[in-house]
Amino acid sequence: MSVDTATVRHIARLARIAVSDAEVEALAPELNNILGWVEQLQEVDVSGVEPMTAVIPNHLRLREDQVTDGGIRDAVLANAPVAEHGFFAVPKVIE
Amino acid sequence: MTDLTQLGVAQIRDGVRDGDFKARDVAEAFIAQVEKGRALNAFVIETPEHALAAADAADAARASGDLKPLSGVPLGIKDLFATKGYQTTAGSNMLKGFEPVYESTVSGNLFAAGAGMLGKLNMDEFAMGSSNETSVFGNVLSPWRRNDGGNAGITPGGSSGGSASAVAARLAPGVTGTDTGGSIRQPAAFTGISGIKPTYGRCSRFGMVAFASSLDQAGPMAHDVRDCAVMLEAMAGFDRKDSTSLDLPVPNWEANLSSDIRGKRIGIPKEYRIDGVPAEIDAVWEQGIAWLRDAGAEIVDVSLPHTRYALPTYYIIAPAEASSNLARYDGVRYGQRVAPENGNLTEMYEATRAAGFGAEVKRRIMIGTYVLSAGFYDAYFNQAQKVRALIARDFHQAFESVDLLLTPTAPSAAFGLGEKTADPIAMYLNDVFAVPASLAGLPAMAVPAGLDGQGLPLGLQLIGRPLDEQGVLNAALAFEERAGFKARPEAWW
Repeated sequence: MSVDTATVRHIARLARIAVSDAEVEALAPELNNILGWVEQLQEVDVSGVEPMTAVIPNHLRLREDQVTDGGIRDAVLANAPVAEHGFFAVPKVIE
Repeated sequence: MTDLTQLGVAQIRDGVRDGDFKARDVAEAFIAQVEKGRALNAFVIETPEHALAAADAADAARASGDLKPLSGVPLGIKDLFATKGYQTTAGSNMLKGFEPVYESTVSGNLFAAGAGMLGKLNMDEFAMGSSNETSVFGNVLSPWRRNDGGNAGITPGGSSGGSASAVAARLAPGVTGTDTGGSIRQPAAFTGISGIKPTYGRCSRFGMVAFASSLDQAGPMAHDVRDCAVMLEAMAGFDRKDSTSLDLPVPNWEANLSSDIRGKRIGIPKEYRIDGVPAEIDAVWEQGIAWLRDAGAEIVDVSLPHTRYALPTYYIIAPAEASSNLARYDGVRYGQRVAPENGNLTEMYEATRAAGFGAEVKRRIMIGTYVLSAGFYDAYFNQAQKVRALIARDFHQAFESVDLLLTPTAPSAAFGLGEKTADPIAMYLNDVFAVPASLAGLPAMAVPAGLDGQGLPLGLQLIGRPLDEQGVLNAALAFEERAGFKARPEAWW
């Protein structure tokens, strides 16, 4: 399996990271090296093995379905790059 | 008068309690050392006012007979922990200027126990690195140098590089670290200090900037085993705000410390003897085996057959979780935003993330995105989770016949800055001995063992059963008593 520059652009698009042509050229062999190296996992016999889901046995706790937090709008917005009228602001998404 | 900066966590606590010195004097002494040690680049920001306020509170508490477990102890906090009102960046341009409006549970626990904060410690960006060379704030230098008379910069290891350097240079008596695949243990080994990663779930992840959530664990780094026990007791504990936090009482690790390990069975995994490791690593391992045998332990050969697959497994799972976790950095809620003129929302995301993340972080996000993408999920991610189950099973089977495992911590002593940055996989191989215990969620501790021929520290690692931090700490104490590691880096900074 080999990652070509088109695949790199596709992954970058999925990851929402803008990449220059030079970065794409550099990333393709780097990703190939790493993916080639992890390829060795395919040789492990995993028949009958369930994928790990919890590293230490634990159970998800339930709690009463009630409000435990809130009323801190200013704190929530305190680190927003752009906040307007009590909301996070983003570029226009609906024409 | 004693140089207060030569003291460890427990010594400071006891000295303040006994009235040997004032907490204020301790804080001032360390604050001066932090300023003097700026050439090491261990601290991202200094917070002397926090340390002084906690010290004054400790002195007042002593007067009123109201001392807490860490009253009078100033600590360094890795910049991965959210600290209310203090910049928290995870070493990334993405979070420059980010001042959390909340406190991480671990730092909050330490402060509630009376500790103060000297500053936030430098680290690899988002904890992705093994040499502290990926931080937006620049490289951290180890206080150690080779004994060849040169002044080449040596890495303190990573990702908790600032943490390790600060303790080794005595800028702080103890610090927090975090360990996803060795980020406490490898830097501890590189700088001649101790550090423990507890069982996954012991320390809350709330407020710890997420890298790979099924692996991330906080832990202490300090001069000796007792100091690690003292700090871990304050850091650990159940937290409702972390869904994987273990709902268990925190044991009295310090009170129960005992170097009497007679009759304990200690396993030596044969798969940890790998090609290309310097003979000095094997020699120090043999020495460690001899010390534990001297302490009355029984040494047993064991096999962990899937060890060689641990690193590639890690480099699928950790990037996959990172690609998901780091999706939150979108330039909307916090962190940097780069918005191209007349650009749409997607272009803003892409420009923000291109400018905010460094090369190693981008590389890992891309790998993670790839292994989780349609058509590859089963072949990569699912396969890795199955191999991870086998790696954990190897440990569980070994622990049916032994109480602990003794292994090297890292496959070499610290290397020079820039020596491994060209080849990502060569850098990843640093964590070959640390990653398996991370994948299995086990408690594991690095303790200093000696110096190599270049005069640089070497460490060994003790791995225990789930929740058996006490067994790990006790064996580490027996080890420490016999190793008698007293070497210190000569101050050049």
